[in-house]
Amino acid sequence: MVGGTGGGETITMSTHESAVQAHAHAAPQGFIRKWVFSLDHKVIGLQYYFLALAAVFVGMFLSLLMRIHLIWPTAALPFFGEIKPETYLSLLTMHGTIMVFFVLTTAPQGGFGNYFLPIQIGAPDMAFPVLNMLSFWTTFLGFLVLLAAFVVTGGPPLHGWTGYAPLSALQSAGPGEGLGADLWITSIAIFCIGALMGALNFITTTLDMRAKGMTMMRMPLTVWAWFITAILGLLAFGVLLSAGILLLMDRNLGTSFFVPLVTVNGQLTGHKGGSPLLWQHLFWFFGHPEVYIAILPAMGLCSQLLSVFSRKPIFGYKAMVYAMLSIGFLGFMVWGHHMFMSGMSPYTAFAFSIMTMGIGVPSAIKTFNWLGTLWGGRIRFHSPMLFAIGFVSLFVTGGISGPFLAQPVLDIYLHETYFVIAHFHLIMGVASIFGIFAATYYWFPKMFGKMMNETLAKLHFWFTFIGAYAIFMPMHYYGMSAGLRRYSQSTEVAYILKLLPLQRFITAAAFVTIAGQFIFLFNLFWSMAKGKKATDNPWEATTLEWITATPPPHDNFGGQTPVVHNGPYEYSVPGAPKDFVMQSDPEIEPAH
Amino acid sequence: MGLALLAVIWLITLVSTYFFVAKTWWLPVGASAAAAGIDHHFTVSFILMGTVFVAAQLALGYLVWKFRSNGPSSKVEYSHGNSTLELVWTVLTAVLFVGMNLMSSSIWASERFRQAEADAVHVEVTGMQFAWYFRYPGPDGKFGVTKPELEDASAGGEGALGLDPKDPASKDDVVSGVMVVPVNREVEVILRAHDVIHSFFVPQMRFKQDAVPGLAIHMHFTPIQTGEFEIACAELCGLGHYKMHGILKVVSQDEFDKWLAAREAEKQ
Repeated sequence: MVGGTGGGETITMSTHESAVQAHAHAAPQGFIRKWVFSLDHKVIGLQYYFLALAAVFVGMFLSLLMRIHLIWPTAALPFFGEIKPETYLSLLTMHGTIMVFFVLTTAPQGGFGNYFLPIQIGAPDMAFPVLNMLSFWTTFLGFLVLLAAFVVTGGPPLHGWTGYAPLSALQSAGPGEGLGADLWITSIAIFCIGALMGALNFITTTLDMRAKGMTMMRMPLTVWAWFITAILGLLAFGVLLSAGILLLMDRNLGTSFFVPLVTVNGQLTGHKGGSPLLWQHLFWFFGHPEVYIAILPAMGLCSQLLSVFSRKPIFGYKAMVYAMLSIGFLGFMVWGHHMFMSGMSPYTAFAFSIMTMGIGVPSAIKTFNWLGTLWGGRIRFHSPMLFAIGFVSLFVTGGISGPFLAQPVLDIYLHETYFVIAHFHLIMGVASIFGIFAATYYWFPKMFGKMMNETLAKLHFWFTFIGAYAIFMPMHYYGMSAGLRRYSQSTEVAYILKLLPLQRFITAAAFVTIAGQFIFLFNLFWSMAKGKKATDNPWEATTLEWITATPPPHDNFGGQTPVVHNGPYEYSVPGAPKDFVMQSDPEIEPAH
Repeated sequence: MGLALLAVIWLITLVSTYFFVAKTWWLPVGASAAAAGIDHHFTVSFILMGTVFVAAQLALGYLVWKFRSNGPSSKVEYSHGNSTLELVWTVLTAVLFVGMNLMSSSIWASERFRQAEADAVHVEVTGMQFAWYFRYPGPDGKFGVTKPELEDASAGGEGALGLDPKDPASKDDVVSGVMVVPVNREVEVILRAHDVIHSFFVPQMRFKQDAVPGLAIHMHFTPIQTGEFEIACAELCGLGHYKMHGILKVVSQDEFDKWLAAREAEKQ
């Protein structure tokens, strides 16, 4: 029985559906098969989500320790005691690695993508359920290996999340560059394997498992975003995996891919002939698309939410799809903008710069279309919408600093300053996290059958929105004054010491903002137990997850397969009985 | 709620913009020939991107307030978009971004596409965990050979660089812990690193360049003001990264000549 406010039309098996049904599997019995080694994409999605939730609190805790150390360098801190300069560098390495890989890549794609991509295209599961289970457990293993770096002798590596060689390649280059660094690389390599399996699965599922009538141009923008993200992942993670293996060989097998003839403290290391810049090329060939891997799902989701809660079709659906495709495509041709100061040829800088500025164009198109979607709507301020609006604001703010860094002549000054920290935290970090929050508030009712507390959600929004600006806006000023990143103390350079008041303000803002996150954590678990019961379509949205039961049954649509007749954003259609038309409702008159 | 969003978004925008306009925290005064051009392009970029920032945020705040569900407008405009508008803003942003790029490219080209002038002062800058050493070629104009196996970090100076005393060209090389250069003359730096990547950064000179092991990177800048400027390491190089700093002393040509001569004399 397919429930739902939309009263979607369903049919029983036809030829196409039988192919799809062949992928379905019987509902598992027993706790282990159902909740631990589950093949169900929904359970796997939740596993990814809770992994990311655990990771984000670890990452956030590390950032708090860093913030405290920056303003009270001698204070003893929980777990770490007095923070030495190398401990500070270990904290920032682990903070970056955990956040980029195990939060920003894990939650939007592995979590929500896994849960909702099959449902939104009307499929009973992912194309390869076993591969899906493997990709989660691989990712989980990667996280454990990373955490192990905390407990080995020497601690976690100090080379930063970018792991520039030779610092990352030489055991003698500093504390943490021993076993800790090997664990760090191994963890990333394992993560890459999991991500590659996931990417294959997402691409195949999107291409092969769509319900009848779900043409590519009827796919929700969320699906487009997950699909494009998966393609980026497939092309990017393989490169990082190879680079990681080469680095492990340099460290342990005596090869010299990334290490030229170097001496540490006057001692020869036995390496010669390698290229430190090769690591940077390989790393950023992954690293830049990774930014889009983190942000594209949030773009897709927030596009969707702006439409749902404005009760208006998305402005320029096709333009949004093409913009995401061009962002993904251009994203592979701009990695050199991280390397303007690296010693790379200045002529290539010119090419990388113009490509990077080019990415500004589809990004601007998206922003215009978001504003165009709001224009003339009737905006309902539910918590998912607040975070979507916050996302647009943060995306603009984080995006606007991009063209500064993309111009090599300005990057001479700004490179490695806090201006960079401000830029990528806003656009890749906070904007993506706003996407994750929006997704949580939006889909929680479908996932858990309960509503989250709206008052707490709004409180959480205000804390986070204002807090994010209070933390990251001053970092622009800090960077404009040449304040350098990855400095464990500001005491040694006079012009950086003068900026200490800004650091104090940022730390205070971080304290308040992080405190606000416990409102979210409480709301999440409290609502699972005590939340108001959710209806099947509480937001009156049109996509397929809202026609099925809450939470959805094991095969998503209870033995039936939806048939799609409409685009994903048919709100306020003139002449329609309600202000929304489900994708599975009878086809509306084509209108423009 | 619409009004609250409008108020908060506008307030954040205005406060953020104020500190940029007031230049409360800003670039230090430029002291190199390139600084004026770079700073000018900073200003142009801030005006252009600042306008976009303020316009977009104000529009966002206004729209969420104006089209709130309990607002005056009751009917939703059913529309899937407008291709003409899409085209207009695509072209506008393309012109804006590519235009900015082209404007700044000529400055980049003039800084980095040419080699240093023939009469430039040559200084070899070597970074190692966690110190900078500066070497001058001496009267013969040639840098002596350095050998990794001769390096002795604890010896400092020539010893730390591994300067080979058997090479005749090394006899008159001067190695200093302070970088001294004459004003109004181009300085060609030859950047090297022994162990890991370091980065030579002097904010007042608007100059930064990584020093990469295995490479000798030639770059140049022209100081136009005398004084002492701090050199900071701008690439994570290990636990002492934050304290890997040095001093750049820009002096008159006379003082520079005297200083160099005195160092030469010390060597003999």
